[in-house]
Amino acid sequence: MKIHEYQAKEILRKFGVATPKGIACFSADEAVNAAQQLGGDAWVVKAQIYAGGRGKGGGVKVARSLQEVGQQAGEMLNMRLVTHQTGPEGQPVHRLYIEQGVHIENEFYIGMVVERRQQRVCLMASSEGGVDIETVAAETPEKIHKVFIDPISGLREQEARDVAEKIGIPEQYLSQTVSLLQGLYRAFDECDASLLEINPLATTDKKVLALDAKMNFDDNALFRHPDIVALRDLDEEDPVEVEASKHELSYIPLDGDIGCLVNGAGLAMATMDIIKLYGGNPANFLDVGGGATAEKVTEAFKLMLRNPKLKAILVNIFGGIMKCDVIAQGVVAAAREVQLTVPLVVRLEGTNVDIGKKILADSGLTIISAENMADAAQKAVHAARSGAADFTCQCQCPS
Amino acid sequence: MSILINRNSRVMTQGITGKTGQFHTRMCREYANGKQCFVAGVNPRKPGEDFDGIPVFASVKEAKQQTGANVSVIYVPPPFAAAAIDEAVEADLDLVICITEGIPVRDMIRTRYKMQGRKTRLIGPNCPGIITPDELKIGIMPGYIHKKGRIGVVSRSGTLTYEAVAQLMALGLGQSTCIGIGGDPVNGLKHLDVMQLFNDDDETDAVLMVGEIGGSDEEDCARWIKDNMRKPVAGFIAGVTAPPGKRMGHAGAIISGGKGTAQEKLDTMEACGIKVTRNPAEMGKLLKSVL
Repeated sequence: MKIHEYQAKEILRKFGVATPKGIACFSADEAVNAAQQLGGDAWVVKAQIYAGGRGKGGGVKVARSLQEVGQQAGEMLNMRLVTHQTGPEGQPVHRLYIEQGVHIENEFYIGMVVERRQQRVCLMASSEGGVDIETVAAETPEKIHKVFIDPISGLREQEARDVAEKIGIPEQYLSQTVSLLQGLYRAFDECDASLLEINPLATTDKKVLALDAKMNFDDNALFRHPDIVALRDLDEEDPVEVEASKHELSYIPLDGDIGCLVNGAGLAMATMDIIKLYGGNPANFLDVGGGATAEKVTEAFKLMLRNPKLKAILVNIFGGIMKCDVIAQGVVAAAREVQLTVPLVVRLEGTNVDIGKKILADSGLTIISAENMADAAQKAVHAARSGAADFTCQCQCPS
Repeated sequence: MSILINRNSRVMTQGITGKTGQFHTRMCREYANGKQCFVAGVNPRKPGEDFDGIPVFASVKEAKQQTGANVSVIYVPPPFAAAAIDEAVEADLDLVICITEGIPVRDMIRTRYKMQGRKTRLIGPNCPGIITPDELKIGIMPGYIHKKGRIGVVSRSGTLTYEAVAQLMALGLGQSTCIGIGGDPVNGLKHLDVMQLFNDDDETDAVLMVGEIGGSDEEDCARWIKDNMRKPVAGFIAGVTAPPGKRMGHAGAIISGGKGTAQEKLDTMEACGIKVTRNPAEMGKLLKSVL
């Protein structure tokens, strides 16, 4: 799960991480009031969207008068912000964060992620703040310093000091930086974060401040953080993914035209891959999970059919715990309920496969049955090309 | 010999009184030697009860002492599953298989930390389990699709492993042991660990290695294979078409920071002399070609 910058900063302040003063707002008027309240003679107007790279897309601007604050806020709230993470259609801006301007002396990069090989949280720090860290990693990897944090002792003072010195934090800022880094780790750990990024961390007027903050959380741990779940901004998420998560379906929309309904994440990915391999394009990733019911399958069909580009559906099920007859009933119920308008290819294998196939055959529905994965993918690709519900497969496969 | 489990293993189920634990313990008991291998259950609130004749104990330690069980399978719900692993590790079991999906990463980091220097091996979490065909099944895979043979299978996924096994079976190739190591970012045995076991197993002739996007397990394994493996390996990686930054069902199946792509993994595997296919329908055929 992701949250906005201003929310992340609010969390981090509780862990002793210093940030500039700021106020979140939803309109240009609110932005001007916020700036007035904050005082000073310069402010930063920041679009609050989940995607990164906001600065380059025009989502972070410095204002030197209240009038300028109002003008920039108005412009940002009316724009679709395009960054390298939003895709070409961009992301509408509904919230702003107005921050007091600060005088920046030096900028640094701080990140934390779970490192899978070491099975620990990894602190990454670099002197190259304010720029894209992936570029730094690719071009000058020696400028990124790492600490693998012991989960029992946490980030030790000496480790924090060493890394701060390595990235060139000036002497007078060292002790502030050490406690800031330790606070960041405590926030990461206690909030079950999956990613924490401060880019940049800045030295400014005798203070070390987190000028930006990005925080993602481990979905598996949200059950113990209702306060964090409450921060979720559904406007920032794909409505189809939101709907899918309500039904405990794992659904990710893609660019293609062949919908896939599969049980199991690995098989679901493999199904997308084989569609592509036979010249088609998958419209989505969809894992109905191990405990799918007829209702869940129906919801899954509805999700796929929301996609106007959809030209065919491929159901690929290897029944283990989930029995093929249950899936077959779900498919038949769904096809009836949603009035299927695209060709449907079904491949069933595993537990109760014969009963499942019989249910499909007796349903009276036009279902293209497939013998195996390759057969299924080929038939789905053919069907998507011909594009009619009464399509019968013309290839050499034994349908 | 097969690897990790065989007819002589003695198994306890942690979470035997839950719906999932009951269902799968029953299925596993019905498979091959399951009846004599599944000897105990654990539930701290229900000691003294029994499930289908399997005695339920208050703790792993007690279950081990009373029955001689050396392996545990865990179906405990996610908030308590890491603690269940810890308990099995502290009781010095040989092997723990954690089926539970959805354990917080933070919990697993601590559990793995505590496992350092201990004898217990962990499979999973978020995995289908392990099966030595015609001997013992510990997990949620459909037993009947397998047959005893000489091919080792290691995979991160559940149903994709079943698919691989079905393809092997269609070509008449049985399996020595099949292991699903699970789809979580922080887990127990990796591809590499399982590959080492298969390499030393005199009942395994070749290995089918099935991976997916995310992390670098497959690359680590491939590099080890290049220098050490005495048996042929065939491989497939799922997720060539997966978009970056999206979690593809499994918590660990995510391309982050441009790392962990399927293409990168396939390239490394090929460079290390492993035969790979980009077609998931040809995993079996490819394996047969390397025999």
